[in-house]
Amino acid sequence: MTPELGHFALILAFVTALMQGVLPLIGAQRRRTQWIALARPAAQTHFLLLAFSFACLAQSFLANDFSVAYVAQNSNTQLPAIYRFAAVWGGHEGSLLLWVLMLSGWGAAVSVTSRQLPEVMVARVLAVLGLVSIGMLAFILFTSNPFARLLPAAAEGRDLNPLLQDPGLVFHPPMLYMGYVGFSVAFAFAVAALISGRLDAAWARWSRPWTTAAWCFLTIGIAMGSWWAYYELGWGGWWFWDPVENASFMPWLAGTALIHSLAITEKRGAFKNWTVLLAIAAFSLSLLGTFLVRSGVLTSVHAFASDPSRGVFILILLGVVIGSSLTLFAWRAPRVSAGGAFALVSRETMLLINNVLLVVAAGSVLLGTLYPLIIDALGLGKLSVGPPYFNTVFVPVMVPLLLLIAVGPLARWKHADLRDMARRLRLSFVLALLAGIILPQLMGRWTPMTALGCLLAVWIASSTVFQIAERLKIGGGNAPASFWGMHLAHFGIAVFVIGVTLVGGYQEEKDVRMQTGDVVSVGGYQLRLLGISTAPGPNYRASVGEFELSKNGRVLKTLHPEKRQYFSSQMPMTEAAIDAGLTRDIYVSLGEPLDQQGAWSVRVYFKPFVDWIWAGCLLMAAGGFLAVIDRRYRLRVKAAASVPASVTA
Amino acid sequence: MKRFLLPLAAFAVLVGFLAIGLTRDPRDVPSPLVGKPAPAFTLPQLHDAGKSFSAADMKGRVWLLNVWASWCVSCREEHPVLVEFAKTGQVPIIGLDYKDKVADARQWLDKLGNPYTLTAVDADGRVGIDYGVYGVPETYVIDKQGIIRMKHTGPITPESLNKKILPLVAELSR
Repeated sequence: MTPELGHFALILAFVTALMQGVLPLIGAQRRRTQWIALARPAAQTHFLLLAFSFACLAQSFLANDFSVAYVAQNSNTQLPAIYRFAAVWGGHEGSLLLWVLMLSGWGAAVSVTSRQLPEVMVARVLAVLGLVSIGMLAFILFTSNPFARLLPAAAEGRDLNPLLQDPGLVFHPPMLYMGYVGFSVAFAFAVAALISGRLDAAWARWSRPWTTAAWCFLTIGIAMGSWWAYYELGWGGWWFWDPVENASFMPWLAGTALIHSLAITEKRGAFKNWTVLLAIAAFSLSLLGTFLVRSGVLTSVHAFASDPSRGVFILILLGVVIGSSLTLFAWRAPRVSAGGAFALVSRETMLLINNVLLVVAAGSVLLGTLYPLIIDALGLGKLSVGPPYFNTVFVPVMVPLLLLIAVGPLARWKHADLRDMARRLRLSFVLALLAGIILPQLMGRWTPMTALGCLLAVWIASSTVFQIAERLKIGGGNAPASFWGMHLAHFGIAVFVIGVTLVGGYQEEKDVRMQTGDVVSVGGYQLRLLGISTAPGPNYRASVGEFELSKNGRVLKTLHPEKRQYFSSQMPMTEAAIDAGLTRDIYVSLGEPLDQQGAWSVRVYFKPFVDWIWAGCLLMAAGGFLAVIDRRYRLRVKAAASVPASVTA
Repeated sequence: MKRFLLPLAAFAVLVGFLAIGLTRDPRDVPSPLVGKPAPAFTLPQLHDAGKSFSAADMKGRVWLLNVWASWCVSCREEHPVLVEFAKTGQVPIIGLDYKDKVADARQWLDKLGNPYTLTAVDADGRVGIDYGVYGVPETYVIDKQGIIRMKHTGPITPESLNKKILPLVAELSR
C-alpha cells in the first residue's frame, strides 16, 4: 500500500508541477493576478507531495518491502537501519527522486522567503522551476519509477553496494544534490529576468543569496565526497579527476564565477548578459553532470548499470531545458544595456579576469571529461584522460587566480589606485616571499612547486588578515556580514592551498609485506603490526589488523584497519584506519593476505596537512553562508525600483 | 546579433557528441591481444580438481573463453543467453571462473544451469591478468590456430551474440 501511495503522490506532484510551470507564466504575461498568485501555493504543494512520496520510499526501505523492485535491488534485511534509509538514494531511481525533491525544496524555499520581491517576478521564477520539475518527474515516472513492484516479492534483497555502506552515503549525496540542484534557482531567476526583459541590478541582488547558498552546499558536498574517497577507497588520494567528480566540479567552477559576476552586476549594473549566461551555464553543467552520471556514457567508479533509453530521455530533457534557455538568451540579450563604464585598473577588471580564468578552468575540465567520448564519436579510437592532463592544464589557470584573490578585494569599483593597492600589499608580498623560501625548508625539502604553493597561501591569508585589520581600524563593527563572508571564504582557499601543496609535496607512501611483529616507519612514525584477527560485522566478515603507532619509542595509539568481505558480494572492501591530526594523518590500509604464514600486504601513508584541504573547503562554505545572511538581501525592494548603478560597497 | 547565438551553437555541437556517445559503449575497449596467440595456461577444472585444462587442448578448434564469477552481477544477466546458446552446440564454451570460490561457483552453475563444456578455475586471477581481464564478464573468440580473434567486454546479449560473435565463429570454422 505504501509504495502505491508514494507513486500516487509522485503523479500528483507531476500534476502540480504542470500547474506551477504553466499557469503563473501565462498569468505573468497577461497580468492575471489569480494565475500569478497560484505560483506560491503550487510550489509548496509540489514540495509536500514529493516529500510524502520520498517518505513512502524510505518507509518501504525501513520495512524491508522487497516487493518493491528498487528496494530489493538496493537493500537487505541485514543492512543496518541507517543504511537502509540512505539506500533510498543509493541507486538510480531513488537518487533521481532525491534530485527532484531538492528541486521542489528550493522552490518552496523561494516561495516562502520572497515576500519582498514583486509578485510577477516570483511567479516567473517558480514557473521556471516548475518546468524543470515537469521534465525530471516525467523522466522518473516514465523510465525510472522507484515504486515499481516486483511480484512475487523477493525473499531477500540483493543488498546495497558495499562501497556505499558508509556514513559518507548518508551525507554526501544530499549535500551535493542540494548544491547543484540549488543552481536551478539562479537559473530560474536568470530565465525569469530574460522573459521579463528587465535585466537589472535588482535581479542580480535577488539571485545572489540563492546562488551563494547553493554554492555553499555544493562546496560541502564536493568536500565530503573527496573525504569519503580518501578514507574509503584505500588509496589515500583526495581527488581523482574521475568523470563523476568532474561532473560536480564543473558547476562549482561556473558557480564560483557566477557569484563574482553577480557582484559586478548588482553593484555596477555591468556584465548583465555575461552574468545571465553564467547562471544558465552553472545549472546546465549540473544537468550535464546528471546526464553523465545517469546515462553511463563515460566509464567511472560511480557509473553503475545504466539503460540506454534513459540516456536518450535525459539527453532530450537536457536539450529542451538548456536549448530553450540559450535560445531565449540569444533573443533577449542583444537588447540589454551595457552598464557602467570602468577603467582598466578597477575591481570590475579584476572580477572579469577572475571570471575568464574560472570559465577557462571549467572549460578545460569539460574538455578533459568529454574528450574520450568525442574521440570515440569521431571514430578516432579509445582513450582515457587522466590526472596528468588535468594537473597540467588546471594548475597554470589557478595560479593567476590565486594571486588575484589578494588583489581583487583591494581594488575600488570603476577606478582603482594602483599605487595605493601596491602600498597595502607590500607586507603581504614580503611575507609570501619569505614563506616560499622558508616553509618548504622547514618541511625538509625545497621544491619549486611547494614554494609556489606556500607563497600563494601566505599571500592570500596575509592580505586577507590585513584587510580585516584595516577595516577594524576604521570601525569594523558596522562591516556587513558579506564582508566577513568574503574574507573567510578567501582565507579558506589559503588553508586549502596549504593542504594541497604540503600533502602533494611531502606525503610518504609505503607498500610493504608485514607479518605479526614487523615494524614499518613512515614520516618519523613507527607502526608495528600486533596481529590480524577476524571479526564479524552485521552483514560482512572482516579481517581486522591491529597496529601500534609510536613516535620516538612512545606509543601513541592503536589503529584498526579492516578488510571486509560482504556476504552479498565477493569484492573485498577496504576500511582504512586513520590517525588524523592538525599537521598530519597516518593512514593504514590492509591489502591482501600474501601467504599461509599470515603475512599481508599493507599500505601506509604519511599525509602532512591533508585535513587542511577539507578544513579549507568548510571555511569557504562558512564564508558563503555568512554572506547569505547579509541584511541587505532581506530589505524590501520597491516593485518599480531598479537599484541605481552608483551604489558602492 | 550573431554572437549571442554562439552559446546555443556550442551547445548544439555538444548535444550532437553526447547523442553519438550514447550509442557507444565506453567499456568496449579494443584488446591489444586481438590477432595475438591466446596466452597459454593450465588450470584445475571446476568439477574435478584432479583434472586440469590447458588452452593448448583446444588447438584445431574454434572456441569461446568466457570469464565469469559467481559474485558478478552482470554474469547473471548474461547467463541465460549462454545457457540457451550452448544448447545449439555450435561451438565449445570454456568457462574461466575468475577469483571465485569453488563451492560458490559450483552452486551457481547448479542453480542457473551450466552452459560450459568445462570450467577452469583461476582462483588467484593470474590467468585473468595474462588475458587483460578488467571487468567480468568478458568473452574471447579463439580460432583453430589458438589466435584471439575477438574480445567482448560485458555481458553477451542475444544481439551481440547473433550480430558479432556467431558470424565470426562461422567464418573461422570454415
